Amino acid sequence: MLTLERVTKIYRIGTLGMQKLTAVADVSFEIGEKEIVALIGESGSGKSTIGKMILRLVRPTFGTIRFEGKDIFALQGSAVKDYYRKVQGVFQDPFASYNPIFKADRIFTMIWEEFFPHISRKEWNQKLEDALQAVGLNPSDVLGKYPHQLSGGQLQRFLIARALLLDIRLLVADEIISMLDASTRIDVLNLLADLRNRGLSILFITHDLSLGYYISDRSIVLYKGRIVETGPTERIFAHPLHPYTEMLLASVPQIEHKWAARSYRVEQNTAHSTSGCVYYSRCPIAQSICAQRPPALVEVADGHWVACHMRS
Amino acid sequence: MLEASAPIRYEFLYFTMRNVKFRIGLFILLFFIAAALIFPLFARYDPNAYVGPAGHPPSPEFWFGTTTFGQDVFSQFAHGLRSTLIVGLIGGGIGTLLGILIGLTAGYRGGLLDEILNMFTNIVLVLPTLAVLIIIAAYLTVRGILVEAIFIGCTSWPWAARAIRAQTLSLRVREFVDLARMSGRGSLKIMLTEVAPNMLSYLFMTFILQFGGAVLNAATLDFIGLGPTQGMSLGLMMNNAVLWAALPLGMWWWLIPPGAAITAIVGALYVMNVGLDEVFNPKLRKL
Amino acid sequence: MGLRVENLRIYYHTLRGYVRALDGVTFSVADGEIMGLAGESGCGKTTLGHSLIHLKPPMTYIEGRVFLDGRELPIWDWNQMNEFRFRHVSLIPQYAMNALNPTRKIGRMIAELLAARGVDYREVLPELKRRLDLVQLSHEVLGMYPIELSGGMRQRVVMVISTLLNPSLLIADEITSALDVSTQKAVCEMIVEFRNRGFVRSTIFITHDMSVLYQISDSIAVMYAGQMVEKAPTETIFRSPRHPYTRMLIAALPRVGVRYREERLRGIPGTPPQLLKPPPGCRFRERCPVAFDRCQEPPPFVEVEPNHFVACWREI
Repeated sequence: MLTLERVTKIYRIGTLGMQKLTAVADVSFEIGEKEIVALIGESGSGKSTIGKMILRLVRPTFGTIRFEGKDIFALQGSAVKDYYRKVQGVFQDPFASYNPIFKADRIFTMIWEEFFPHISRKEWNQKLEDALQAVGLNPSDVLGKYPHQLSGGQLQRFLIARALLLDIRLLVADEIISMLDASTRIDVLNLLADLRNRGLSILFITHDLSLGYYISDRSIVLYKGRIVETGPTERIFAHPLHPYTEMLLASVPQIEHKWAARSYRVEQNTAHSTSGCVYYSRCPIAQSICAQRPPALVEVADGHWVACHMRS
Repeated sequence: MLEASAPIRYEFLYFTMRNVKFRIGLFILLFFIAAALIFPLFARYDPNAYVGPAGHPPSPEFWFGTTTFGQDVFSQFAHGLRSTLIVGLIGGGIGTLLGILIGLTAGYRGGLLDEILNMFTNIVLVLPTLAVLIIIAAYLTVRGILVEAIFIGCTSWPWAARAIRAQTLSLRVREFVDLARMSGRGSLKIMLTEVAPNMLSYLFMTFILQFGGAVLNAATLDFIGLGPTQGMSLGLMMNNAVLWAALPLGMWWWLIPPGAAITAIVGALYVMNVGLDEVFNPKLRKL
Repeated sequence: MGLRVENLRIYYHTLRGYVRALDGVTFSVADGEIMGLAGESGCGKTTLGHSLIHLKPPMTYIEGRVFLDGRELPIWDWNQMNEFRFRHVSLIPQYAMNALNPTRKIGRMIAELLAARGVDYREVLPELKRRLDLVQLSHEVLGMYPIELSGGMRQRVVMVISTLLNPSLLIADEITSALDVSTQKAVCEMIVEFRNRGFVRSTIFITHDMSVLYQISDSIAVMYAGQMVEKAPTETIFRSPRHPYTRMLIAALPRVGVRYREERLRGIPGTPPQLLKPPPGCRFRERCPVAFDRCQEPPPFVEVEPNHFVACWREI
């Protein structure tokens, strides 16, 4: 349904844009119908940039993103609106997604004005109530309030309800529960999973492996803008191949067993060389070849790909 | 933490009205606005007519005394105050509007348009205002206060535009703007309905500063003789007073009313601005 | 000796009245103990941490006493607390790593901070360097500006600075929340290491992430709506929690190995009460699946087993 083909995003930074920062490098993947894909990475991995590119908020430097076969950056006029009718996003900070000086339900009014101008107020209110109930909110409790009067969980549900008002096919969920409390985050996560049963696909962007494991069918692990490992979620978690994935898994705080003692290898202030593997400076199993050329993404088992000279 | 039930805007109003600096400034400003409305009703003479004895100190007949030529200073002050406030309002208004238009567009659209607008802003910023005015004065032999106000507005917007552009740049990357874009909103609508309302406090402060700046600018222009050729203003009064050596001749009543009024109005506006800063910046806000 | 807090009450002064952010909290932290402090946002855990060192408006001291190593801390008096701050009690606030003065080199900043406490930088320097080695930072960072360091590195610098004078009590407020999992692990291990080496005696580690606490803390205190609902050794909290809130919090934790299709986790329905006029009785009552008549009265925080405190009528 959605395909990324060799997508690269380079930002120009520093004075006069002299320096280049490669946020996303040569990333290709696709999201199928009714599929939940977890995009896993730490800060600086480029995961949010990928989400923003899919939402047409950031333009890739190279590569194409196709939705139902069409290049989404070639869309014009009403075709753009049609795209947003089918593809929507929810972001990390629930409070930042709302204009603080207006009531929170303004996000729905905007959808009404832009996408359904022909619908009567009565019909619209009915549609809105259905959407709110679908995300587990009681309309009379939450409508007509300002963002600061609602909780983070309620605000995130609002944004999901907003997407449901449209004929949505793909939802980009960028760290949507990382700022929520433990008591509500799991409910929002369950809600996302339930949406799949309505025929939705979800790109679930997260830094938290346990969340990715809980919800996704397929996982993509990113490091410094590059895909280092991808495959069916259960397989990746049971048999991680890339040393970075291994390290991530070992670092997740779990309540079944304690961390292995003193295994950490903290990042140092060294600029990574561009010629070899991006993980070279932190990799415990690196060999000389790893410094010389970057590893290609190779399929090691059915649907399980890894970019590592040592493991493929 | 704070379970607020009142909408934010009322809270702002509450803090605004509680702020002592703002209240003092507002009180002084309102006093002069009221004076500008009421005083002309009591002014018995044409401000430029020669109606009394020359250089007469204040008396029951001529409240603020008379000029070297026997014009009534109170009548001049009453009409001058009115036109000075009008110049401030129109000049400040035009400056603010142009600043918003250009700053918002440049900041929101970015790219080439931003570069061009930025260049234009910088050119106007360094334009020698006086030289331009002398040229304009040469062409327009008859100038009213409206022309002066428009001129001031058209030359004072650049710094406002730059400040608003910077604000817009930080607002446009906010997620609610992204959300509006994903709702299919056009750029113009997003600028006006999402970005601008968030700068309302900032825009209001810009207007206040532009207002004060325009009053001061007008006074300067009038004072050096490039003001309106007809009518009366506080700056023009000062210009005449200095021209005809009011101070060396001990005619303080001619110089002090316009000088004090300009100082008070501009001062009040700046104090209001500082007060508003405290209101809009929660870190400076006192509970 | 450690820390002992008795019936501490800290309110926030707001336009609409007092918000009872911390409403009668009693607990103690032993020497060498790392106590985890958990709870939802707005439960008062940050207020508790900050009130022990930086009590300033709108925070208002109502009542309660705090003892550290047998001496009473005058937390209500800002000036008197100066003697204790940094030397005896140290705080790492949530965004400390982003709050370093950008115009000062790290070394100079530390020197100024020490001078303000009457300590000579040159005397401390050898120890400072040893500690930088310990957290795997090169000595060059002393000559660098904060902007030259990554977030994780700045966090390590902050940790070294705040423990430089070997405080008796270290309060770490959400110091791992903004970090990546790998850095989070490193920072957590440093907290344990600092305790093991005696740089700090007692630690209060505030976080909303219970699974982090399982990794590093000796005991866990769970707060809800300005009050403490349960405190026990870490293993006890996870293996046999007694308060329904603690139980539900733990059950809601996603873990590697649990998948949505196989096991559907549940959150806690409802929202915490507002603290401007908190409801009488047990504050968890409205969200509690096992609430009964007795819960109309506030439950006392009692020791049901050695070192296991619970505030729940069902468990008394």
